[in-house]
Amino acid sequence: MITFDGVWCRRGTRDVLNDVSFTVLEGDTLALVGRSGAGKSTALKLVNRMLVSDRGLVSVAGRNVLELDPIALRRQTGYVLQEVGLFPHMTVARNVAVVPTLLQWPTDRIEARVAELLNLVGLPASDYATRWPHELSGGQRQRVGVARALAADPPVLLMDEPFGALDPVTRVELHAEFRGIQSRLRKTIVLVTHDMQEACALATRIGVLHEGRLVALDTPEGLRSSREAAVRTLFDAMFDGRVPALPGMGEI
Amino acid sequence: MSALLAFWASHAEEFWRLLGQHVLLVLVSTGLAVAIGVPVGIVAARRPRVGAPLAGLASLVQTIPSLALFGFLLPLPLVGGIGARTALVALILYALLPVIRTTAAGLLAVDRAVLEAADAMGMTSRERLLQVELPLALPTILAGIRVAAVVGVGTVTIAAAIGAGGLGDFIYRGLAMVDPTVILAGALPAAALALTLDGVLLALERSVGRPGHARRLRWSAAGALVAIAGGIVVAAWPRPDAIVIGSKNFTEQVLLGELLAQTLERHTTLPVERRLNLGGTFICDRALQSGDIDMYVEYSGTALTAIFKQPVKSNAAAVLDDIRGRYASSGRSVLAPLGFNNTFAILVRSADARARGLSRLSQLAEHAPGWTAGFGFEFLERQDGYPGLASAYGLRFREAPRVMDLSLMYRALAGGQVDVIAGDTTAGLIAALDLTVLQDDRQYFPPYDAVPVVNAATLLRHPEIRAALARLDGRVTEAAMRRMNNAVDAEKRDPAAVVREFLDALDRGV
Repeated sequence: MITFDGVWCRRGTRDVLNDVSFTVLEGDTLALVGRSGAGKSTALKLVNRMLVSDRGLVSVAGRNVLELDPIALRRQTGYVLQEVGLFPHMTVARNVAVVPTLLQWPTDRIEARVAELLNLVGLPASDYATRWPHELSGGQRQRVGVARALAADPPVLLMDEPFGALDPVTRVELHAEFRGIQSRLRKTIVLVTHDMQEACALATRIGVLHEGRLVALDTPEGLRSSREAAVRTLFDAMFDGRVPALPGMGEI
Repeated sequence: MSALLAFWASHAEEFWRLLGQHVLLVLVSTGLAVAIGVPVGIVAARRPRVGAPLAGLASLVQTIPSLALFGFLLPLPLVGGIGARTALVALILYALLPVIRTTAAGLLAVDRAVLEAADAMGMTSRERLLQVELPLALPTILAGIRVAAVVGVGTVTIAAAIGAGGLGDFIYRGLAMVDPTVILAGALPAAALALTLDGVLLALERSVGRPGHARRLRWSAAGALVAIAGGIVVAAWPRPDAIVIGSKNFTEQVLLGELLAQTLERHTTLPVERRLNLGGTFICDRALQSGDIDMYVEYSGTALTAIFKQPVKSNAAAVLDDIRGRYASSGRSVLAPLGFNNTFAILVRSADARARGLSRLSQLAEHAPGWTAGFGFEFLERQDGYPGLASAYGLRFREAPRVMDLSLMYRALAGGQVDVIAGDTTAGLIAALDLTVLQDDRQYFPPYDAVPVVNAATLLRHPEIRAALARLDGRVTEAAMRRMNNAVDAEKRDPAAVVREFLDALDRGV
């Protein structure tokens, strides 16, 4: 579904991505893991042409993204942002309806879709549709963000640190919901996180980025036995107390 | 306070008209500044390299004092001239800066994550601007519009100097008449207007600062648009071909403008429009040349020296012939003199004049050695002032003339501190303090005969104007002018009423 083939991305004198190649099959969830600056977000943004690579090929559904209209591509690609980025001047319902509205769906279809999605992410439309983003908790905002990304039923979903800003309890709650939704919808998902535990909990495959290179790409189980230093560091971080290993433990 | 209420009551119609003009100028100029400034602000936020110089230019304009800006604009074609058009141009220039600044600042302050979300949703840059950036920047932009509108209320008062109308008319008239009541009659409502506008726009700004404002905003925007559009229609509505009368900005000139206006109203059927208090000689002359006004009263000596930059001449008839020719070559006609000559006047107490049989300046030399003179600084220094006077009439006073303030001179003479002063022939205080003007029998002082100067094309189109104004030929004597000046300056009476009484008497043949 998504293919990276020898992708280079250069910012100034630094190689943000260095000869990265991978494939995400339809219905798979790929987690890109790595430290800050490893190139995870850059890789994500190449998929819907928010950024353009300097060398190499990025293709979605077998087509080079550079040959696609970026606006149309983005409207067919769900995107969940690091800081949610809900539009503060729109109600929850209008936030979710953004892409369908851009696609000029008929009003009744939009309304039905918004209600369906809000129910899907556990925010009943009757209670939440007319609320404002500032009236919601962080977890609720992130759910609205997911609903917004899914609104036009895109085959591909990109998620940039979607649960990064949440408290650990909420995060684990949302992980469970994410798995529930994904088992029903079977989207092709690329997820960016710095948290190996989150990657293991959500992804079918994990790619580890280190200084712009893809140093490992495997299933969560396969990755545990990896001898790669960058991978070991990420696993160590999982258990050294900075990131709680289990719900209800750690910093609480 | 009661004087103020009485003034408003007696000028109610004028008051509402000026207030209406004021509001209209502010609304239209602010509306147009928004129409220009918001797009410029968007460019400034998007492309700093283009926007920064534009914003810089706008702040440069902001530093020009408004009166100076009006002065720069006056001689320009298309945008210049006196009246609301020039004022609008200046007002728009002033309003642009706050609008551009806040638009750019509001757009730049939109959260990066929100912008990224908009891009990631697949919004085109136009959709992003209209659906995300502008709505989020709106409270900031409205703050800029509020500043522009409130500053506009103040600047419009100054625009009265170039005939734009508005409450500044009262302020300038009050300044010319040294009457605080009239000043307050314009200044208080202008201040109230500024505060009201500030309050209304602040409320709007607060209400759009909260989410859920879309409907309210649409109503307010629609309301503002209707008001502005209505204003433009009213302002641009073709008026019947009114005869426009101008005047400079001091009491005597306002009276003379009123005199021309009322004479035309009495003896012709032409609609008359008053553009009184138009700043100085330069502005009136410009306005007459450009056709913004059809006539005003000028003084022959002023026309010769200030307008046509010629050397002083002392023969009154020669001066009139000279300026008549010069005006004619630029399409303007000089009508017959009204009758008074507003020149320097050497004054003595009437009691002294009677006791010594003194009526002519040539008789003064005989009495001068026993008297003390008080002159204004300018009169003492100017070559055509005291030095020339002394040699023309052979004057030697008891002591060197005292330098005195013009406003105190008349009372100093009446109170006996000095015995001779140099004043104005038409000063109201001459009658009030029982002083006598000594006749300039050697024609030392240049003549300043008051003459109506009229646009020649207007005269041709409406020959009845010449006939109507001919009724004034020579009828406005120095004594009559003095009485009218005194009625306004000392008795604080309304110029229009004073002129009405004068014309009533003239019509009765008194």
